Amino acid sequence: MGLDFSVVPKFMDVILLGGLWTVAITVCAALLSFFGGIFFAVVALYAPAVIRLPMRAFEWVFMGTPLLLQLFLIYFGLVQVGIDLPAFVAGVIGLGLHFAVYNSELIQTAIVAVDKGQMEAARTLGLSRGQALRKVVVPQAVRDVIPPIGNNMIALLKDSALVSVIGVSELTLSAQLAIGRTYRPFEFYLVAAVVYYIINLGMEYVLRKIERRIALAR
Amino acid sequence: MDTDLMLKVYPFFLKAAWVTIELSLLTTILGLACGALGAAARLSRLAFFRFLGTAYVSLFRGTPALIQLFLLYFGGPQIGIQLDAFQAGVIGLGINIGAYMTETIRGAIIAVDKGQTEAARTLGMSRFQTMARVILPQAARLMIRPLGVNINALIKGTALVAAISVVELTYTAQRYIGSTYKPFEMFMLSGALYMVIIYVAGRAIAWADRKARIA
Repeated sequence: MGLDFSVVPKFMDVILLGGLWTVAITVCAALLSFFGGIFFAVVALYAPAVIRLPMRAFEWVFMGTPLLLQLFLIYFGLVQVGIDLPAFVAGVIGLGLHFAVYNSELIQTAIVAVDKGQMEAARTLGLSRGQALRKVVVPQAVRDVIPPIGNNMIALLKDSALVSVIGVSELTLSAQLAIGRTYRPFEFYLVAAVVYYIINLGMEYVLRKIERRIALAR
Repeated sequence: MDTDLMLKVYPFFLKAAWVTIELSLLTTILGLACGALGAAARLSRLAFFRFLGTAYVSLFRGTPALIQLFLLYFGGPQIGIQLDAFQAGVIGLGINIGAYMTETIRGAIIAVDKGQTEAARTLGMSRFQTMARVILPQAARLMIRPLGVNINALIKGTALVAAISVVELTYTAQRYIGSTYKPFEMFMLSGALYMVIIYVAGRAIAWADRKARIA
């Protein structure tokens, strides 16, 4: 059985639609992981021990186990406790939480590295601790770690392929659908790989733009 | 929490953990080999090899590992590559992580002070001797820790081969979730085993790092 790419054009609309879903899930999960990461970082640094310690355990488990396993837990586990989420939402939550934990590690180090004088000055000006964090310290910290967070987001794009396993019809599952009809795995996985690569290049381009913006703003 | 069920099924998870360990070890070996070759290509004097190395890193880091695995396992037979699931898993994951390790190894080699090369060359060593006797021994120390990060990702990455039905930890968890409808318990069992494997690997890497620093 050789290669025959003549069947590809007929399924190109399915593949491209899958590509759009991949972009959608990546953007949603990236936003969740970004703001979730900030939230986790602030909790890990400033919350009382009753909240902080379970949070550390949660982070530890999320960093020590595979994403695929976490997706199974979230998708099937929520059903077990009576919450029946669509696969897309479960996928966004799984990917988002997983990368929020990694982002949180980055943001924590950055918050600690922000000059102490910033907090002191903000407090002297009459801001509360919460306000000082929200308006002065955290924005500076986040700005410092945008490049490594960007790397995490690119990893997120590639890991979004995993949600095909819980039945989100993104790029990988769309390729599988076409393969199911044509029995041509090599052709369609190759096409999917090309689409992923293009999305990846686009994302790197956007991230570089953002990084340059931030560098200029300094 | 259903502890009776957990006690009943845990031997299957232990067996599956061995498969995960085997996968991790073989993938690490193949990944290091690919990484060393890739780094050599990227640092080559010949533009052709540099191009090959750059293309390897870009393509394999720019597409999902899952797609690469599917392409090899399901698409391979179409171009005459017949592999069983385990072999495809090791080869697919190994080549994938090799692209990341290429950058780690290259980074460590570049990080060695330039003066070292200049001094060695002044003493009359050939380029090859300089690399083998002066640069690599120093770079090896620098790369242990970042390679450890790669290996940590790799161990978690072995879960992907569940999608081509290699009976390792994640596949086992998935199967028991399907048959028992106890996702939380199955996650606890397999998650704990993953964490043990990652912890032990982390200790081994820290040990190697310490040894290399003392030497």
